[in-house]
Order: sequence, then C-alpha cells, then structure tokens
Amino acid sequence: MSTDRVCKLRQQSLDARESLSSERAELLTEFYQQGSGLVSTPVRRALAFQHLMAHKTIYIGEGELIVGEKGPAPKVAPTYPELCCHSLSDLDILDTREKTSFKVSPKTRRAYEQTVIPFWEGHSMRDLLFHEMTPEWIAAYEAGIFTEFMEQRAPGHTVLDDKIYHKGMLDFKADIQRSLRSLDFLNDPHAYAKQEELRAMDICADALMRFAERHAEKARELASVEHDSQRKSELERIAAVCEWVPAHAPRDFWEALQYYWFVHLGVTTELNTWDSFCPGHLDQHLEPFYQKGMQTSEVSEDFRSLAEELLHCFWIKFNNQPAPPKVGVTAAESGTYTDFAQINLGGVRPDGSDAVNEVTYLLLDVIEEMRLLQPSSSIQVSKKNPDRFVKRAAKIIRTGYGQPSVFNTDLIVQELVRMGKSVADARCGGSSGCVEVGAFGKEAYILTGYFNIPKVLEITLHNGLDSRTGRRIGIETGDPAQFQSFDELFAAFERQIRHFLDIKIRGNNVIERLYATYMPAPFLSLLTDDCIAKGKDYHEGGARYNSTYIQGVGMGTITDVLAALKYHVFDQKTLAMNEMLAILAADFEGHERQRQMLLNKTPKFGNDDDYADDLMRRVFEMYFQAIDGRKNMKGGEYHINLLPTTVHVYFGSVIGATPDGRRAGTPLSEGISPVQGADRHGPTAVLRSAAKMDHARTGGTLLNQKFTPSLLKNDEGLDHLVQLVRTYFKLDGHHIQFNVVDAATLREAQRHPEQHRELIVRVAGYSDYFCDLSQALQDEIIARTEHERF
Amino acid sequence: MGMVFDIRRYAIHDGPGIRTTVFLKGCPLDCWWCHNPESQSSQPELIFRENRCIGCEACVAECRNEAISFQRSAFGGQRSTANGLPPPVTNRTLCQVCGECAEVCYAEAREIAGREMTVAQVLAEIVSDIPFYDESGGGVTFSGGEPLLQREFLLELLRACKTREIHTTVDTSGFTAWPVIESIRPYTDLFLYDLKLMDDEKHRRYTGVSNALILSNLRKLSKAGQAITIRIPIVPGINDDEDNIRRTGEFLTCLPHRHPVELLPYHASADGKYSGLGKVNRLPGTVAPSGERMQMIAERLRSFGLQVK
Repeated sequence: MSTDRVCKLRQQSLDARESLSSERAELLTEFYQQGSGLVSTPVRRALAFQHLMAHKTIYIGEGELIVGEKGPAPKVAPTYPELCCHSLSDLDILDTREKTSFKVSPKTRRAYEQTVIPFWEGHSMRDLLFHEMTPEWIAAYEAGIFTEFMEQRAPGHTVLDDKIYHKGMLDFKADIQRSLRSLDFLNDPHAYAKQEELRAMDICADALMRFAERHAEKARELASVEHDSQRKSELERIAAVCEWVPAHAPRDFWEALQYYWFVHLGVTTELNTWDSFCPGHLDQHLEPFYQKGMQTSEVSEDFRSLAEELLHCFWIKFNNQPAPPKVGVTAAESGTYTDFAQINLGGVRPDGSDAVNEVTYLLLDVIEEMRLLQPSSSIQVSKKNPDRFVKRAAKIIRTGYGQPSVFNTDLIVQELVRMGKSVADARCGGSSGCVEVGAFGKEAYILTGYFNIPKVLEITLHNGLDSRTGRRIGIETGDPAQFQSFDELFAAFERQIRHFLDIKIRGNNVIERLYATYMPAPFLSLLTDDCIAKGKDYHEGGARYNSTYIQGVGMGTITDVLAALKYHVFDQKTLAMNEMLAILAADFEGHERQRQMLLNKTPKFGNDDDYADDLMRRVFEMYFQAIDGRKNMKGGEYHINLLPTTVHVYFGSVIGATPDGRRAGTPLSEGISPVQGADRHGPTAVLRSAAKMDHARTGGTLLNQKFTPSLLKNDEGLDHLVQLVRTYFKLDGHHIQFNVVDAATLREAQRHPEQHRELIVRVAGYSDYFCDLSQALQDEIIARTEHERF
Repeated sequence: MGMVFDIRRYAIHDGPGIRTTVFLKGCPLDCWWCHNPESQSSQPELIFRENRCIGCEACVAECRNEAISFQRSAFGGQRSTANGLPPPVTNRTLCQVCGECAEVCYAEAREIAGREMTVAQVLAEIVSDIPFYDESGGGVTFSGGEPLLQREFLLELLRACKTREIHTTVDTSGFTAWPVIESIRPYTDLFLYDLKLMDDEKHRRYTGVSNALILSNLRKLSKAGQAITIRIPIVPGINDDEDNIRRTGEFLTCLPHRHPVELLPYHASADGKYSGLGKVNRLPGTVAPSGERMQMIAERLRSFGLQVK
C-alpha cells in the first residue's frame, strides 16, 4: 500500500507536464566559453561534468526520501547542445507538437537564442556526424533505409552490475590511482592517453561526491527551517545518507537506493545516453541490504514498510525523467517520453542458481502498486525459477499495463556466451532498453540504428531505384521481370542488403571514432569494467566487451512479401512480376481482388507454416551472415538484434504498397511478430513460427502478443499464460510481451482520449500511454491480432 | 480419410491444459442450440460471409451450375458490397458444393466447411503443439459434430496419438452403440460427455433423438472406471429449469462413480453461422444465461455433492 507521501509524489509525477530546461545547456556553454586551459579532451569533458554537477539546481521536493533530479525539477528535461543543438524552430516544434511535446518557456527560448545557439550551432556532434558521412550514407538515411542512433544522442545503452554496492567513489579513486601508478611512460605509447583518461575519471568521481554533498547541504538547510518534526528528522536522515554515499559503499537499503540514483543522474547528465541507464538486477543487488534490515530492525514489518516506501520513492524518481527531447528521424523512431531504464527481476546468480528472492516479490508488488511508465520492468525467467514467480508477474501483466516483459534467461546466457562472454559475466547480464542483451557493468553494447529490410526489397524490385523519390540509391541488381527463379530474386536482394549494410557499417565505424575522439564519457567509464584497469574510455573500447548492434526491422513483413512473390510469381504463377509491380504501383487501386488474394490466399509468417517460416529463416540467415562477427572500431564485433521501438511506423511510411497486400505508407510488422492480423492459428502457432528463428545467434528479439482480458480472468488463464511462456522459452525464444486489452477499449480511447489518459499499452519493448502515441501507431496496435480464443 | 471441419490450436476449454481440438463433421443429433451448425451434416457445406464480400463477381463466373447471382436492382436498405452491389444470392438447390467458388473467392467470403483429411494430415497438425501439451498437461481433443460417427478414422487417430504419448480426449454426445465407445475406450484418456436433458420427450423434441441410449452408455462408461467430465449446456428456457437440474443431479449421483461437471452457458454467437449456411436458427433472440443464473445452477448441482466448474 502506498503511504500518503507516496500518493502525493506519484500524483505530482503524473500531473507534471514535460518541459524543457536550458540550465544544462547554459552551464555547459559557460564552461566552454571560459575555456579550461591546456587540457586534454577527456579532462575537458570531466571538467565540464564537474561544472554541471557543481552548479546545477539542487531539488529536494516536499516529502521526498530519495533525492536528486536530472533537470531543475521533476519532468523538466535538460538538453545536450554538444550532441544536438536545437534550433529555435526545433524548440517551437517541441513546444507545440501534438505528441511527446515539451513546454518551452520564453526564458528558455531566449537563453537558446542569445547564449546556446550562437555558441553551439554548427559545432555539435550531430553537425560533425552528418558532415563526416558519405553522400551514399546520406541518401540511404534520407530514403529511410536505416536510422542513426548517435545523431542526437550518445552511445550508452548500458546497465550497472553490483559494483557500487560494495565500492564508494573513494574506492574507485583508489583504483584509479593504482592504475595511474602502473603506467609505463617508457614503453607504452598509450601511457599519456591513459593518464588523461584516468585523470578525467578521477575528476568525475569527485564531481559526483560534490553533487551528493550539495544535496546534503540543501537537506540540512531545509531541516533547519522545518517545523514538522517528522519531516525535520527525515531531512536530517537524507543529509546523512548523502554525506555517506556515493563517497563510501552503502551500509543500508536507503543508502543503496540513493547511491544508485546519484549514479543514474551522473551518467545521464554527463551525456544523453541512449536508453538512459539501468540498475540491472536490482532484486539481487538489494537483497543483502534487505536481509540485513529485516534482521537488525526491532520490528521487521516496520522495516519492510520503510523499504517499500523507499522503493516507491525510487520508482517515482525514474518516472520524473522523460527522455530528453528528440526531433526529426530520432523522434520518429523513438516517439516516446520513455527513457528505457529497465529493471531486471529474477534470473540466475553468477553461480547459475535461482536468483528469485524476497526482494523480487517485493519489487513486483512495487511495480503493480506504482503502475508507472518508468522504470520499465522485466522478469528474467530461467527454468530454475519457480512458477510462483512467473505467475506473480502474470498477475500484473493481466492488469493490462504491458509490464513486466518476459525474458528467457537461459537463452540470454547462451547468447552472451556465444558472443564471447565468460559464463559468470553472462549470468550477470540480462536485457535492457527494449530486449537487447549485454553483460551488465562490463560491456559497451551499442545499438546503432534500425535497418529497414522490406525497403531494401522494394529497391531490389526497382533495380536500385527508390520508387518513392525516383533516386538511384541502390546498386543495379537486374530487372526483376527477367528473374527466372525465386533464388535469382533472393540473390539480388542479398546483394542489395549487403550494399546498404556496408554503407551503414562504414558510417558506424566513423561515428564510433568521432565519439572516441571528441566525446569521451569518463564518468560512465569509471563505472564500467575494465575502463579503469585499461585506462581507456567507454567509447574507445575500455569496456571488457564491446558490441555493436544493427537492429533489423520488419521480419514479419519481409517474410510475407517474399512468400507472396515466391508463391504467386514463381510457384503458382498467378501473377507475372510485371503485373505484380503494376498492382503495387497503383497501391491496389482497382485491384482489390488481387489484394484479397495476396492477403488471404498466400502463406503467411506466424501460422506455423513452413512455406513462409522457411523464408523467415532464410532472411534471418542472410541478415545474420551480413553482419555478425564483423569488426567494430572498439576491438569488438557486430551482432544483430530484431526490434523496432516505434520505427516500424516510420519505416512503413517510406515504403509503397508491398506484395503481402499491405497498402503504401502503412506500418510494417513490429519486432519478430507476424504482420498485424496475418496470424490466424492462435498463439501456439505464432510461438512455433517465431521459435523457428535461431534466437541464440541474436542479441535480442521482440515478440508481441495481444490477449483479451477475458482470457486471463481466472487462475487457469494465468496458468496457461505461464505455460505458454515456459514453452516458448523451452523452444529457445528470447522474449515475449503481452498486451491485455481489447480492441474495443482502444477504439473507445481513440474517440475519447480525455477519458482514457491512464490507459497504458505495450508498444514494442516498452509501455506507453495509448493517448500519447501517434494515430498511425494507435491503429497499428489495434490491428495486431487479438487472441481471444484460448 | 475423415471429414474434418476445423482444427483449433490453443484450445483451453476442451480438457486439461493447452490442447488442439479436432472437429469432425457430422452429428446424429439436431440440437436447437447447436453453436456449430456446420458440424451437423456429414457432407461439405458452403458458408457465405456477407460482410467479407467485395462484390468482385468471380464466384458467378466460376459456378458451373449457375447457382450464384447478383441482383442488380437496387434494394432499399440492403447492405452493399465494395462494388456497390448487393451481395450475391446462392441458390442452394442448384449448388453442388463443388467448392470452386470458394477457391476463387479471394476475400474468403465463400468457404467450404468440411474437408477430407487423412490421418497423417490431421496428425501433422496435432504434433505441432506437442511442446505445449508437455508443458501444460494438455493434448488433443476430438470433438464435432459427433466424433464417434467416424469411428474408424477416430480410432486410428487415437491410436496414433497414444503411440506418441499424447493425452487424448473425446467430446461426445454418447449417442452411439456401446461397442463403438468400447472400441475407442482403451485409447481415450478422458471423455467429455454431454448431458443435455433428462426428460426423454423434451430430449426428442430439442435434439431429435431419445436420451435412453445416451444415459445407458454413460452408466456403462462410468462403471468401466473411465475418466469422464460431464458437460451440460445451459440453454435458457429449455434445460435450465429446476426439474431438469434436479433430475440431472439425481442421475449423476446414482452413477457408479462420481464425475466432475462442467456447465457451458448457451451463447448466441452462432447466429451468423446459421444464416451463412442458409439454415434457420431455431432459437433467435435467446440470450445467454446470466452469471448469477449459472452460479445458482452450479450451486444446485453442488448440493448433490457433485464437483461443478
């Protein structure tokens, strides 16, 4: 149960309108304008971080127990002009756009006009990045072949392990000193670079401690004028907590949470990292503090209540942080306020044993009680975990809030080991963002952009031309009408895919170097093994493992498209290639009968039909072979994953009509889910189809399932859900998530958004308020097949 | 070969766990409330779904018997197809149910219910979900129609399933000669046995047959120690009266063994199916029993010491 305090804080978080703050941008500009003397780039970045942490507004809200905000107040988002300098027109768009808008005050606008824009315009990483890309890259980017994750945000996308729970910043500083002392300036050509990186990390550790100290000072100040004695003692406790962490390792539950929160703010203030930052296996990390609290408090129930209240406060803190504003393609591919902090529950311990513990259940209670968009939560299900755990989570899923999502731990360990992690590091890993896997606290696993697989086929069908613009952006792979067999078509498609992937990878490799060279992240580095030991930045390959992902999109659509071409053009010969192309060019206008044939009389992915599913495997294999194992610029390798966030809507908007009966401009399938409405044999057939993919060779796949609430209303329904999940995982599926809401409710919410502001749905790897989604995305979610037959 | 009209995966109301239900076509009963009217005839039947018709007229061109026609005069108030035409009319006396119109109906407005399938074909569908059966304690259910009407086919399927360690359930009306039941019993893990009406006269009126054989078979099956779940459809105004419920309770308590009971509330969802088959729904306007009513009936049966779900 929530206390009054929690109810108020939660409501405040829900009610606050997202707005934009120029504070960070102004402080940063001030720092760069002053100049920092003769210092190296990492040290300059560290000093900039120090400047921010020393001067940003300290916010301690009424009734708060966990303190600290990324902006000057809840739901106020900072900006990162060194990455992306918003123009005045960007600000106007952000202020007025219908979805995911940010209020921009006249004062903020003025600060941008007078201070921020004059200094940063033309000098941001975004400017540099586009400047360094080849014309081929720009053309493909503009055509919607792929997106670029680093054009407005920094690489990051990472998760913390357990290190902060036994080490304070002072301990990290000691590690840094040891590493500095061991530098070999006589023989190591990189000694100087290492020294600068280590010095930078050291400054960052100081900066975070100062940031906490400022919170302690503020709390003492508030306590001195506080009349309410209970609040006064709370403020004094807050001050004491902030005086101890992050300088030292936490001693109790409260300090552990507050420490993480300072670190979270540090990482997301240093740079605007993709997918925020995540605490990882929070139930495992908090367990010792919880057990200690239960044993040492006089009344263990009181301690449990306190722990629960602290967790509620902690949860609300995440919800107070909207993802910083996005514009252009980034806004289209990730159109949400969610900043993708994901909390992992369950799974296994480093020794491989069942990790579900009392705190796991406590956190599930918190998730159900808070029902907030952020943080996102997931259960990591191992065959070793008890059914009780999965069923407890299913009870939350049943409430139709799209959380928690469900992951296959045993497979994730397999995926990570395949990609070169030690077994223990793999077990400490898990999922973050939407569905992506990494070794927590030890890996830089960077998502670099979505890849529009169906668009490349469209280009193949036009011999290298983008039919939407008439521009030649691909290579000439032959006139499709001349292909004698499906294999010829597929070979041409594969050449075209490789062509565009080479463009993407070339771009990625340059961008990785741009970040390594100009935008090191010494604070994030200090938290990531083995950056201190190697004296190397997170962006430079300092992490123990370094992976680069390219996320394939539209697996369901491309499978159905290829199935339609193979079946009707080559096997049954119901349509000649030219006829097919003419029908597509007309967007089925005057060809409704053929469209119905393509929709209804064609093998489709998601029905456990090998005709279609074999094509899915073939596309998977081709995509995998084109990417997996290629070298990145950080000493690591490229891998694939298959997820879309909201990009399947944008990617669909740049593709004309497709041979699967899809009309021009409409969304693609999402994740590895079947095309919306194409799966007609129930959920087991969908899972069988999806499991034919070799998930073990990915870094994450995303499968969405929609159920009507009536299916899950009784205990038996929940059992069946658990059994469905367990079976999918036995078949080595990676992830599954559920929307438990009926189409009628969603349509009603479209008509009367004002009455359904609280309605939360699963989008793709995250949940969002239904009414905050674009109309196209709303329609797409409604169109997903609803399993109501059970 | 057998005549199958549907195979549904992820069936979870036809026995334990996650199951696949195979619907065999043909039934000796003619229940007024039948929610699968396409299951009754042993022959393939044409189903027409008006709301899917796009008015392309391909069916008219394809039909050798000239059984299909589009009425070109404008009907006031009639729903029209995408082409602005009123939907086609099928003359079912001319129609030979050859299925060629369904082949060319890309919008799937015309469909043939019932197709000949081999044991291997049906089995291929069943085995697809073995991992789900294993995890959930599920299996396969043969339903209908009346599956025992295709005894040989059913027997072969049951044997094949048992060879593969798949849990088998047969959903039956019980209206068949005892030796038929006896022959499949060794390969059937669970019977879902329908009990509709205790009054024989009413039974004859509403199902077309006497219940004597059904009741005697049930007694024998119970005596044989077979696992049985009794299923009672609750149809308002027909079998939901106190007299029928009491007599049902009395009968079940007198069986050699106690068997769990499942109540299946009548639902009106079959209305579209009747019109699509050109058949008459004899219970138009009947509404589903309320949850309260279902609870009351369940309680009444429980008062006999029966386990009711």
